[in-house]
This record gives sequence, structure tokens and C-alpha cells, in this order.
Amino acid sequence: MPQKKINPTRTPMPEQPAKERIRNFNEVTHGYSEEMAVNEAIRCLQCARPTCIQGCPVNIDIPRFLAHVANQEFQDAIDVIKKTNCLPAITGRVCPQENQCEGVCVLAKKYEPVAIGRVERFVADWEAEHGKPAAVNPAKPSGKKAAVIGAGPAGLTAAADLAKKGHQVTVFEALHKAGGVLSYGIPDFRLPTDVVRREVDYVTSLGVEIKKDFVVGMAATIDELLEEYDAIFIGTGAGLPWFLGLPGENLGGVYSANEYLTRSNLMKAYLFPKYDTPIAIGERVITIGGGNTAMDAARTALRLGARDSIIVYRRSKAEMPARAEEVEHAGQEGVQFHFLTSPVAYHGQKGRVQSLECIKNELGEPDASGRRRPVPVEGSNFQIEADVIIVAIGQSPSPIIAKTTQIDTGKGGILLVDKETMKTSKKGVFAGGDIITGGATVILAMGQAKIAAAAMDEYLRTGIWEKAEEADTESA
Amino acid sequence: MYRIIHKEILSESVKLFIVEAPVVARKARAGQFVIVRNDEYGERIPLTIADYDSEAGTITLIFQEVGKSTMQMGTFEVGDSYENIAGPLGHATEIENYGKVVMVGGGVGIAPIFPITRALKQAGNQVISIIGARSKELLFWEGRMQEYSDELIVCTDDGSAGRKALVTEPLKEVLEANRDAAKVWAIGPAIMMKFTCLTTKPFNVPTIVSLNTVMVDGTGMCGGCRVAMEGGARFVCVDGPEFDGHIVDWDILLERMSFYRSEEQLATKQWLDHQCKLDKAAEAAE
Ligand SMILES: Cc1cc2nc3c(=O)[nH]c(=O)nc-3n(C[C@H](O)[C@H](O)[C@H](O)COP(=O)(O)OP(=O)(O)OC[C@H]3O[C@@H](n4cnc5c(N)ncnc54)[C@H](O)[C@@H]3O)c2cc1C
Ligand SMILES: Cc1cc2nc3c(=O)[nH]c(=O)nc-3n(C[C@H](O)[C@H](O)[C@H](O)COP(=O)(O)OP(=O)(O)OC[C@H]3O[C@@H](n4cnc5c(N)ncnc54)[C@H](O)[C@@H]3O)c2cc1C
Ligand code: SF4
Ligand code: SF4
Ligand code: FES
Repeated sequence: MPQKKINPTRTPMPEQPAKERIRNFNEVTHGYSEEMAVNEAIRCLQCARPTCIQGCPVNIDIPRFLAHVANQEFQDAIDVIKKTNCLPAITGRVCPQENQCEGVCVLAKKYEPVAIGRVERFVADWEAEHGKPAAVNPAKPSGKKAAVIGAGPAGLTAAADLAKKGHQVTVFEALHKAGGVLSYGIPDFRLPTDVVRREVDYVTSLGVEIKKDFVVGMAATIDELLEEYDAIFIGTGAGLPWFLGLPGENLGGVYSANEYLTRSNLMKAYLFPKYDTPIAIGERVITIGGGNTAMDAARTALRLGARDSIIVYRRSKAEMPARAEEVEHAGQEGVQFHFLTSPVAYHGQKGRVQSLECIKNELGEPDASGRRRPVPVEGSNFQIEADVIIVAIGQSPSPIIAKTTQIDTGKGGILLVDKETMKTSKKGVFAGGDIITGGATVILAMGQAKIAAAAMDEYLRTGIWEKAEEADTESA
Repeated sequence: MYRIIHKEILSESVKLFIVEAPVVARKARAGQFVIVRNDEYGERIPLTIADYDSEAGTITLIFQEVGKSTMQMGTFEVGDSYENIAGPLGHATEIENYGKVVMVGGGVGIAPIFPITRALKQAGNQVISIIGARSKELLFWEGRMQEYSDELIVCTDDGSAGRKALVTEPLKEVLEANRDAAKVWAIGPAIMMKFTCLTTKPFNVPTIVSLNTVMVDGTGMCGGCRVAMEGGARFVCVDGPEFDGHIVDWDILLERMSFYRSEEQLATKQWLDHQCKLDKAAEAAE
């Protein structure tokens, strides 16, 4: 290959200036133009052994799609991506690329890695605007019926794959809108509603029926659905919010991030009173946590009109699990960070929260996660005033399904599956996404759903449930 | 779509709808609730399933007009539809033959206490019921309650119907006269349930209340419905809505329920102004 001169820095992403964007819920980044995408794609070295592919949980052939972009063959590029990733407009926006594809790009050793996610997003958005309508080759109807529980990224991916194989698919969704966390959790300024709707529309265009307002476990149990459906995929996510269990946590103004974000995103409380759902607009808002959820909550608070938005995180900046870009954007927008700080109590009056009492931490020995453990410094207590406090410390699987059916569960209520097929302990029932991992990522949820859909297709065609038979011989 | 097929005006501010919701009707049991949304701008609000007919695929909803959403709902007519109805949600009431039970329904709480009363009576319990409201105009279903009660006491705050008293007054007398009462159910405004629990406490009668906290999803996803009680906070939508009233921290509950008061007043005011304009336009058109 001829030697070429590589631009050491990646093509900057055009975005709304911080001052402007904190007054609206429009997307922060505008996306690459064709020219920018091409400029970025030509930075790829087209490695003989591309490490980036291994970094991608769904193993997109990254150098191939980048080469097509470099040649302005955008339709070919999207075709390559869509072989393994059916939601690129979403993953291009929300994947933690620095820990995945881009983190292991060889360029990262010396320069900035190729901005794979940004180019992926460009290609997906290009397709929405110019692409030929996805050639849906309707498979021969298999005569089999599959139910998918939950319309998040896992459920939508499984539904699409199953429909493409000719099965009749019904998705049952508890809420009044499809999308899962993409609709109720991640704010419009990071993932616009239209992008999610586009992907949901694509899934329904494949003939998938989405039944909303249907809480499985309550309106019908898994066992009842098994009477009507030949196989079931459970993709109900990790929606149960954790609280800290500290004194004062039930004061008004203390929210779980799920509630705060659901009010703002799903229920459009930021357009109150045009929309009926209210939300407390704090003057000073504290968000507890250091993940994507915490960044989303803290940045939403600013857009709702908070004067100060403060993040309290028990470890240091380096340990924050949020996407690097979100932390950077939050900082630009004026979110203040208190690192190495843990909450100990909420204080308030007349049922309303007024401040958060915190304690300072030092970093101690590494813990099970390999990150240095925060150790409280005795007597370092101090108060931060706030009228809204958002708890964003994680969530675990909702127990409704496990409680209403006989199915094996593990630590924290996750469903136990065979990782090769995503089969649960119950015949005909598969699972994937946050319900089997606890809160993880969109791309992992999709990857698991694809594995499950392939195994489900086989089960639907053959009726063989090997795992159960193996398990029998093992236990025999 | 969730079409309204029957509308009834029960009292000044309380209305009844029978609504098509076959999925809910198939599984509904006394004590459970649904989450409804009026239209695409609507909030998700919980309403008790006051009755259901699994064969017809319908449920009965009874609501009191207290703010924007319920006032708007009150303008719906037969043939109109709700945007969304999800359910049944929450745990059903544990119906058993307990022996002698006392049922207390306050205001719109008479609606949810009725199907429980009926189920308990049918399970063989001896039932004493007390229903109350601020005034005669707000009272309903005396007949229905009478039908499934061995004894019914009606009271109003102003004495315009039945006895002039708060429900806690006859309740205390009933408990004094019926030391063998095995269980009390109380459903109504939070403040009424609080005082009912204070009344039953000295008698040591287990008292079940149905909590009406603010909710969003109704599936255990937001934690907005949490209530403090002995043994830690619980989510009303998935752990309840019925709880042992003696372990509930009523003061925190009451404070949480009034958290959005100023927003609610704004929404209600805008709605009333809007209705007023519509009425004027209609008048002008005539
Ligand atoms: C605020 C926030 C920000 C995030 N940011 C990122 C990010 O930037 N990048 C990233 O990769 N990941 C991010 N994540 C994580 C990511 O969103 C999740 O890992 C992903 O959505 C999991 O997909 P899922 O399909 O398994 O579950 P979900 O998206 O949770 O979807 C589950 C669906 O199932 C429905 N459901 C639940 N129970 C039932 C039932 N009993 N019956 C019927 N339906 C039911 C739910 O209503 C929901 O629609 C974020 C998460 C949050 C909360
Ligand atoms: C499990 C359960 C069952 C219920 N069943 C009934 C019923 O059968 N009939 C009935 O009339 N009412 C019932 N309620 C109460 C009903 O949900 C509220 O009256 C309604 O949401 C008020 O909305 P609004 O916009 O009309 O009034 P708003 O102006 O919003 O509020 C007026 C009052 O209603 C309460 N409220 C507001 N929003 C909510 C919300 N999302 N969820 C709960 N309460 C809220 C507030 O505490 C406030 O004091 C029930 C509540 C729960 C939790
Ligand atoms: S799906 Fe995610 S990890 Fe894979 S290439 Fe795209 S941005 Fe990278
Ligand atoms: S590792 Fe980086 S440079 Fe190499 S092929 Fe992948 S994206 Fe291109
Ligand atoms: S209403 Fe959201 S958790 Fe109960």
C-alpha cells in the first residue's frame, strides 16, 4: 500500500455552542457532512489485521465500510454495517466507542483513533435521507409465532431478525411508546426522538406488531403467552432504580434518575403545561453518580432551567463510567463536579429537600472491579444546598417477570441464560439485553438479541431444545 | 383504542365510565388498578379498577375531578377513547373468610371499596361498612354497598346525609361493639386513611389501606410512588397498592403527595381558561 500522510487529529464534530444548547433540547452535535465523513474515513489505515473489528461487540467490518465512505459509496457502506448492526444511527451516537472500536484502533497508539462512531452515524443518517428503501425480502412465512417482551434495543433487534426469517412476531411493551431506554431514558439532545422512531418504524415495516400498554406478568404471564406463541424472547431491560437508603431520601425533590428522565423525555415535562406531566425545576440540582445516566440527568437539569447543576461522584474523574464525550459536553455546559465525594444524608423541611450532606473520600486499594476503592475521610462532612436531588447510581432488572413465572435467576435478579444461545431455563424462552446483564450498553443488548434470534429461529424450525436435554444428561 | 361505552354521573364531581379494555378485563381482580392517559399530551395517572366484565371486555373506572387530567376526563363522552390504558397493575386484594370485617370508604374511595366489599361478602365474611363524604352531593352507591353489607353506616361531614360525622367516629363505636372484628379496609383520601389507622391502632385490628401516591409508569420503573414505612421504602405500584396501614409513615406520604401543588394549579387553571374560551366560542356560534 502506498505510504500516505495521516492526519493525526480527527475531523472535529460540528456542534451547537454550549451557551446556546443549554437552552434547548435539540441534538448537541450536528453530524458530519459528506466531506467531513470522507476526510475522516481516509484516515483509516485499512489494517491487514484490523483490531477495531474485535473491539466492536457486533463485529462490524469497519475497514470495509470506511473504505466505501472514502470512495463516497455510501449505500455500500450502510449495507456493510447493516449486515450485523440494525440500529447504526443509534449506536453511532451512543456506543462508548473509546472502550470499544475506537479504543483499539491502531491509530490510537500514536494519534487520535479514527472517529468510527461518527462516520457510522453519518452513513446511517445519509441512508435515512437518500438511501434506497431497505430491500425487505419477505422470507417464506414459517407459520410460527414468536413473542418479544419489551421494545428496547434488545427486543427490537430480536423482533427484526425473527421477522426477516419469516416468523410472525408480536412485541409486548409495558409503556405507551416503543424504544425502551432510548425513548424514556436518553434525552433528545443526545438521541433525537425522530431517530428512534425511524428505527421502530423500520421494525414494524417488517410486519412486526407492537402491542403497547401490555405489562407481561400482569396482563398475561409468560406461561400464558407460551400457549399462543411458539417461542418467546425476553428483553425487559434493567428498569428498577436503586436508591441509597439514606435518611431523608423520601423528601419531595429527591428523584431516581429514571423518574426524572422519564418525566422529561417520555412524558415531555420540559414542555409543561402543554404536556400534562410536571417536573420540579430546581435552582440548584445535584445528581449523584458518574455514569451516562448521571450525565443525562445533570444536563437535562440545566436545560430545564437550573442555575447550578452539580455532580457528586464517589471516585475520581478517571473512574467515571460515562462516555468520554458526555463528560466533556457536560463540563462545557457548566455542570460542576464534586469528585471523591459520597452522600450521607438528605436534609429538608416541610417535606422538601434543601441540601445534601456529603463526606470526602480518599482512594484506597483496588476493589473487585479493579478500580481504587473510595474510603471516607472521617470528619470531612459538608453540605451542598440543593432543591432537587437526582439519584443515578444504577438499576437492576425489574422483578415482575421472574416473580410471575418459574425461571432461573442470578445475582441482582438477572435472568440466567446459556451465553451461546441465550436460552433461559424455561423451554422456548430466550432472553437478552440488560435483563441478563444488569445495566450495560445498547450495542451489547443488540448483540445478545441477534444471538438469541438465530437460536430461536433454529428452535422454531426444528423444535429441538438441546440445552434442556444436555442439562438433563448433566444432572443425570 | 379504549372506547368509552357508558357514562354516569355519580355525584357532583365523581363520574363513572365503562371502557373497552379487553386485555385488562381478562385478568382484573378487586384491588388492582390501571394507568390511563387521556391523549397524546396526557400524564399517566392511576385509577382503580372499580369493576370489570371479562366477557364483555370492559372495565369500570370511577374518578373524582380534582385537577387538569380528571377534569378533562370528565368532558369525555360515550364514543370517545382514552389514548392508553395499561393494566391490571398492583396486587389484588387477598380475599378470604376472615370472619368479621369492617369496610371504610371515604369520598371517591367508595368506588374501590365496593368490589372488595362484594368479594369479601361472597367469601362468607360478616361485613360492616361505613361510607362517608363531605356532603350528600358527593355520596354514591349507598344501595350497592347496602346489598353486600350486613350493616351499613352512612355519614357526611355536614350532616346533609346520614349521620353528621367523620368516618372515624362510627368506626370507633363499631370496633368497641365488635371486639371480634378481624380486619379493617380503609380507602379514601390519604388524610382519612391516616386517621382511620390511628383509630384502629388501639384496637390492634390489622388495617389495610390502598395508597394513592403520585405515579408515572406504574410498573416499578421510576420509584416516584415510593412510600416510607417500617422496614424501608416500598413502591406502591408493584408492592401495593394495599399495605398494612399501621406501618405507613403518613406524614411523609402526605408531603410527597402535595409536592406538585403549584404545577397542578397552573395546569388546572390553564385548562379551565381554555374550557372557558371554548364555551364562549360555542355560545358565540349559537
Ligand atoms: C439514562 C441512560 C443513558 C444511557 N446511555 C447509554 C449510552 O450512551 N450508550 C449505551 O450504549 N448505553 C446507554 N445506556 C444503557 C442502555 O440504554 C441499555 O443498556 C439498553 O437500553 C438495554 O436495552 P434493553 O433492550 O435490554 O432494555 P431497555 O432499553 O431497558 O428496554 C426494555 C423495555 O422493556 C419494557 N418492559 C419492561 N418490563 C416489561 C414487561 N413486564 N412487559 C412488557 N414490557 C416490559 C420496558 O418498558 C422497556 O421499553 C443508558 C441507560 C440509561 C438509563
Ligand atoms: C393506585 C391508585 C388508584 C387510584 N384510583 C383512583 C380512582 O379510582 N378514582 C380517582 O378519582 N382517583 C384515583 N386515584 C388518584 C388519581 O390518580 C388522582 O386523583 C389523579 O391523578 C389526579 O390527576 P389530576 O390531573 O386530575 O389532578 P392534579 O391536579 O394533578 O392533582 C390533584 C391531586 O391528585 C394527586 N395526583 C396528581 N398526580 C397524580 C398521579 N400521577 N398519580 C396519583 N395521584 C396523583 C395529587 O396528590 C394531588 O393532590 C388513584 C391513585 C392511585 C395511586
Ligand atoms: S456498533 Fe458501536 S462499537 Fe461497533 S463500530 Fe459502531 S460505534 Fe463502534
Ligand atoms: S484499526 Fe483503525 S486504522 Fe486499522 S482498520 Fe480499524 S479503524 Fe482502520
Ligand atoms: S409508579 Fe413508577 S415505580 Fe411506581
